[in-house]
Amino acid sequence: MRSAKTTTFALSAVFIMAGSAFTANSLAAVDYASDIQQGKKIAFSRSKGNCLACHAIAGGKLPGNIGPPLHGIKKRYPKKNRLRAQIVDATVNNPFTIMPPFGKHGVLTEDELDKVVEFIYSL
Amino acid sequence: MLNTLLKATITGLLCALISTVYADSRADPRADKDAFQGYFKEKFPSVEFNDFQNGVYAIDPASREQWQEIEEFPPYELAIKEGQKLFNEPFNNGKTYVDCLPDGGIGTAQSYPRFDREKGQVVTLALAINNCRVANNEKRLPYKQGEIAALLAYLAYTSRGKPFEIKIETDGALAAYQKGKTFYYARRGQLNMACAHCHVDNAGKVMRTDILSPGIGHVTHFPVYRARWGSMGTLHRRFEDCNKKVRAKPFKAQGEEYRNLEYFMAYMSNGIGANGPGSRQ
Ligand code: HEC
Ligand code: HEC
Repeated sequence: MRSAKTTTFALSAVFIMAGSAFTANSLAAVDYASDIQQGKKIAFSRSKGNCLACHAIAGGKLPGNIGPPLHGIKKRYPKKNRLRAQIVDATVNNPFTIMPPFGKHGVLTEDELDKVVEFIYSL
Repeated sequence: MLNTLLKATITGLLCALISTVYADSRADPRADKDAFQGYFKEKFPSVEFNDFQNGVYAIDPASREQWQEIEEFPPYELAIKEGQKLFNEPFNNGKTYVDCLPDGGIGTAQSYPRFDREKGQVVTLALAINNCRVANNEKRLPYKQGEIAALLAYLAYTSRGKPFEIKIETDGALAAYQKGKTFYYARRGQLNMACAHCHVDNAGKVMRTDILSPGIGHVTHFPVYRARWGSMGTLHRRFEDCNKKVRAKPFKAQGEEYRNLEYFMAYMSNGIGANGPGSRQ
């Protein structure tokens, strides 16, 4: 009786572990997709990134034309951290740029920056 | 290593060069103005010089057409009439604005701001109006809208067609001009932009849905009836809006900063005809 209980217990533990591993995996995939989705929202929102004020971006309405259209980003920025740096503080690359320093001036939080980077990187 | 050294040297040289150019231009409003105006003439070669008085409508034919229709029944007409009435109404002591404004006020809008040697400060037409009121024991008017906008609309109207002629004749005036110029090119606010980013570097480009107007001719048509305000507003009311746009704390209307800024901007528009009041989206 006792051993049967233990077996069931052990078995269910394995199931739970397997289950959680499975869930964790798919969550990661879901998280990644939702990071891109959330990044898009942040990038498009007038009170957050408002990137459309200056950049044409696929899926965005009424873009401005002050900065270059954002597409094919992986070719321009093979390294994500360089893309992030451009968004954190564009004045490092170009001291005269009009592009706001979204990270340096706290326009976006670290988490929001990460998500915007995922979104822009996906373009 | 050598590469880094070379880069550093070149950067150093460039900085030295830029600061020399800057130091020279600091002391020379006329050269500044020629460069400023030349930049816009080159950027918009098809715009006739005096037409820069029309702001964004000088460079965008599509919105110009709509605007011209609005101008057929101008929304600022009432303000001109009200301003005329206010202007001619005697103060409690029997005197009027004509008795106390420099040169009687009529037809003088194109010569403001002026630098007042005695007071050691820039005097805009709005400030002159209130100085005049205070000298006659009347209360100051608030500076962004209402009666002051009506008075300014009337006076602007009496100056229509007269080219702007701002003078910088003393060291004090030059210092005030320099402060205004510094303000115009200074980054501000959480979004870190200067007036010049939008109205010089990117004039003619589209920011979201707005076409950015050239910085030249900005002062010539104020005050304006602005649809978004639903009322007449002064130039300094507009300065506040543009400061807020970049999430900067606006300065006080008719405070020293905005008066110096207006002095610089008006000097940059010298030679362009006054055409206030105006109507805007
Ligand atoms: C006020 C205008 C403005 C806004 C708002 C703006 N940018 Fe920019 N951006 C520019 C300009 C102009 C450039 C061109 C490079 C420069 O000025 O140095 C640029 C360049 C870039 C680049 C580099 C593109 C390339 O091909 O090199 C990226 C990436 C970028 N912006 C992303 C963003 C993101 C993401 C946002 C919003 C979170 C944003 N920008 C908001 C004006 C803007
Ligand atoms: C973020 C971009 C931006 C910045 C920075 C900015 N402006 Fe503006 N400004 C605009 C837009 C957009 C308009 C409305 C469209 C137009 O006429 O340009 C405008 C309009 C104006 C107008 C009214 C033009 C007219 O014909 O009625 C004045 C005057 C003006 N700005 C002055 C300034 C000054 C002075 C500063 C700096 C203190 C400044 N702006 C900074 C975007 C900006």
